[in-house]
Amino acid sequence: MERRAFYRNGTLPWLLLAPQLLLVLVFFYWPTSQALYWAFTLEQAWGGGNTWVGFANFLAIFRDGQYWATVGRSAFYAICATGLSMAIALTLAMFVDRALKGTRIFQSVFVWPYAIAAPAAGVAFRFIFSPEAGLIGSINDIWPGIWSPATNGWHALGMVIVCHAWLGIGYNFIFFLAALQMIPKSITEAGAMDGARPFQRMLDLQLPLIAPTVFFLMIMNLISSFTDSFGLIDTMTEGGPIGATEVMVYNIYIDGFKGLDYSGAAAQSIVLMVLVIALTFVQFRWVEKRVHYS
Amino acid sequence: MSAITLKSVKKRYQKSLVVHGVDAEIEQGEFVVILGPSGCGKSTLLRMIAGLEDITEGEILIGGTVVNKLEPRERGCAMVFQNYALYPHMSVAQNIGYALKVAGMPRAERDGKVAKVAKSVSLEAYLDRKPGELSGGQRQRVAMARAMVREPKVFLFDEPFSNLDAKLRVAMRAEVRNLHRSLGVTSVFVTHDQTEAMTLADRLIIMNSGIVEQIGKPSEVYHRPASLFVADFIGSPAMNLVRGHFAQDGYFRHGKGGMIHLPTIAPALISQEVSIGVRPELVRRVSATAKGAIAAVVDYTEELGAARLIYADADGSRIISVDTATDALGTGMPIHFAIDPADLHVFSHDTGRRIELGEAQRAATQTRINA
Amino acid sequence: MIERSPIFDFITYAAMVLGMFLVLVPFWITLVAGSQSLQEVSQVPLNLWPSTHLLENIQAAWTRADLGPKMVNSFIVAVGVTLGKIVLAALSAFAIVFFNFRARMLCFWVIFITLMLPLEVRIVPTYSIAANALLPFQVILDTFGITGLVETLSGIRIGLEWNLLNSYTGLILPLVATATGTFLYRQFFMTIPDELVEASKMDGSGPMRFFFEVLLPLSRTNMLALATIMFVSSWNQYLWPLLITTDRANFGTVVMQLKALIPAQNGTPDWNVTMAGALIIMLPPLLVVALMQRWFVRGLISRDK
Ligand SMILES: Nc1ncnc2c1ncn2[C@@H]1O[C@H](COP(=O)(O)OP(=O)(O)O)[C@@H](O)[C@H]1O
Ligand SMILES: [Mg+2]
Repeated sequence: MERRAFYRNGTLPWLLLAPQLLLVLVFFYWPTSQALYWAFTLEQAWGGGNTWVGFANFLAIFRDGQYWATVGRSAFYAICATGLSMAIALTLAMFVDRALKGTRIFQSVFVWPYAIAAPAAGVAFRFIFSPEAGLIGSINDIWPGIWSPATNGWHALGMVIVCHAWLGIGYNFIFFLAALQMIPKSITEAGAMDGARPFQRMLDLQLPLIAPTVFFLMIMNLISSFTDSFGLIDTMTEGGPIGATEVMVYNIYIDGFKGLDYSGAAAQSIVLMVLVIALTFVQFRWVEKRVHYS
Repeated sequence: MSAITLKSVKKRYQKSLVVHGVDAEIEQGEFVVILGPSGCGKSTLLRMIAGLEDITEGEILIGGTVVNKLEPRERGCAMVFQNYALYPHMSVAQNIGYALKVAGMPRAERDGKVAKVAKSVSLEAYLDRKPGELSGGQRQRVAMARAMVREPKVFLFDEPFSNLDAKLRVAMRAEVRNLHRSLGVTSVFVTHDQTEAMTLADRLIIMNSGIVEQIGKPSEVYHRPASLFVADFIGSPAMNLVRGHFAQDGYFRHGKGGMIHLPTIAPALISQEVSIGVRPELVRRVSATAKGAIAAVVDYTEELGAARLIYADADGSRIISVDTATDALGTGMPIHFAIDPADLHVFSHDTGRRIELGEAQRAATQTRINA
Repeated sequence: MIERSPIFDFITYAAMVLGMFLVLVPFWITLVAGSQSLQEVSQVPLNLWPSTHLLENIQAAWTRADLGPKMVNSFIVAVGVTLGKIVLAALSAFAIVFFNFRARMLCFWVIFITLMLPLEVRIVPTYSIAANALLPFQVILDTFGITGLVETLSGIRIGLEWNLLNSYTGLILPLVATATGTFLYRQFFMTIPDELVEASKMDGSGPMRFFFEVLLPLSRTNMLALATIMFVSSWNQYLWPLLITTDRANFGTVVMQLKALIPAQNGTPDWNVTMAGALIIMLPPLLVVALMQRWFVRGLISRDK
């Protein structure tokens, strides 16, 4: 869709764009180029001389088994949290889409998790999952020691994933519901006339028709599993026990800001950026092929 | 036994009643058109038959069974939607075959049926395309094929041609007519287009604001409209309707002192507020001296090609006449009309219903209906 | 509505109630625990009904995490980001959509690429400029020899410096720099029919007049949506404020303080205070979302198209 009516003016558009461009330049392009610079050089502590080392920083992290463990953990985390959150949100959206009486109330509550800061949710879930406190911890009274996120890495990771999935419900729900509501009512009705029962209509009609949204959300969730995870892990486990919940972003933070390995952290950042950009491109390619209702 | 029976069917949305108790019988194999202005409740009525809307009150019977509580899939109806409602992610073949697939028909048998139906609506070359890659007319055909493939007891159409251009609409109309003739399936067709309705229908159900105004054959509806609404709604140009009353002296008084000499009409109607109507094609031009001539002044004319429409003012009442003469007529020129009392329709002003006149008029309308 | 069988309706309600339960449990637990005394909150199993100590717990949390000034900071940051983004994004989207100039598509992409990389992903590079945000310009001046030129001519050495550490600008500007808002406005501006622009031209009004008198009034809904989204996301920022503020006492935000509220490993397990604190920290964005739901949902969705 291209416009035909434009304004022509030599300087005005540049004046309008200047603040945004300036900010983007200062806070995006410059730092990114810096990161590239750091990633390919080795720095003597903060601000010392830098020596060009080529791909050495990358090779260093790629040779590090610990790093791959982090990548694997991040992938596991991302896939589980995304799958869980989307499955719950989709189910809820499908039922809300039936628009029975009183659905409004449910609909607005389902959006709430969107408003919550990841660290705040982290704190709440930490209490809920605390082995000492009286919620999930209660089962330790029945089977002592069965639940122990402070020592068992899988428990800790599971706890963070559940919290992450919960946080994503609101966002996913909004998009799923909108996509479902965008399906013309008459298509569902045609399905009913053709004899399909509700569940079959879900599988044959609704799900394929919202496939682009499913895909979009998958990418957004995967990206958010890099971003939101920091606040959760920092408040819930601080990467522990023994690194069992250290994911890529957290690792960058620890290496760069606690370990002061700036070059290593920069190289990890570049890897993460490439990963996110790749995901986004996949997303853009897919979005072009959206279903159009004629 | 009727194919479909409606027994004082009502539909209420929240507080507003949009279908006010419809009674109708639709015979086996009949093609019935529900006609009315938009918003009058046609679609709602059709969707209640289909099972897509709950029936607030009353009963609907299909093939003698009450279907009020049945799901759409249990009613044996197929429907063609206004916007086609094709499944955008399925190919034409999948669209047509979906109902069969749901019904669990084996693949091979299904493919055979789909091919056969596709052929009957000339879609065999497009079976692998997606709806998005078809023209409006082709989509329309897919929608029809999808309805046909199930061999339903009843076809329901909700303004299926409203998204097509005029030419295609005429072609599709003929196609539907032919299909109906060859399949003989009971059909209910909703439209607001009177030409479409008149050409397709065995019988018309004319609705206005949720009320059935008249049920009848197209010619009956045209020549003996049961109400003021039908008289005005059916026919183009619309029927001349002049409001006034019959006076003792044999004149019909209307407008600003207008008088039409109609002596023998109906003594019983004297001084009652009525509207009299006459079709524009039955309003004849006569010379000023002709007996009972109605004097008027030309407002303007509309050229139709084969004829022209004269819009004239007779003492404050609008008279339209279909005229085949070719003389020059300018605004403000005097003109004279005559009407045959047998061509008159009279409607009560209070109820809007038709008032039957004497035998002469009845005979005249009957001849036209039979013609 | 079709298939209104009572059984299916029942399943629908059951699923929605279950979902509601799932969504509300964390809120409820936060509220319940936040309103109990230390003794009550330490019970196993926990009593799932609120008690009466909410206010004193909030007070305790408030002093422990010094929430007063932090709330003020959070509000300054959230409002600053929201306002900044609404203004900047509207201007830049206006330029990109309604002006025809040579570098239009280039500007478009320069801005939109930033959508792909959330702050957390590029945290290390962004932090690298925290000490001096003007370094890029210094570098440009240095490379082109302007610094040297000016120095020889006037004897003044140009030293551009702008430290972002421990400042509101440092907290706000990097969050304003992303393209979310520009994208949202652009999506909306694209739906404005050409005829409206042409009509306005025929009326003899210039671009800025069109912007203020036609576009802005029309974009009210989108502005509300953007405001909601931005307020929530900037209030909830965690990693960036953590890095950019070393002087927590003066520039910390409430979300940063959450960790300080968590009971120490071998201290008193006063989760009641923690939860009361978490409750008030969650509240502002939750209220905004609950109140603005209608608009912000529309805004979020249009990002997708
Ligand atoms: N879901 C609904 N809720 C409330 N009113 C409705 C609904 N559907 C239709 N109506 C109203 O019912 C009346 C009849 O609608 P409809 O049957 O679609 O008219 P038609 O098909 O004759 O144009 C209209 O006035 C419309 O506004
Ligand atoms: Mg309709």
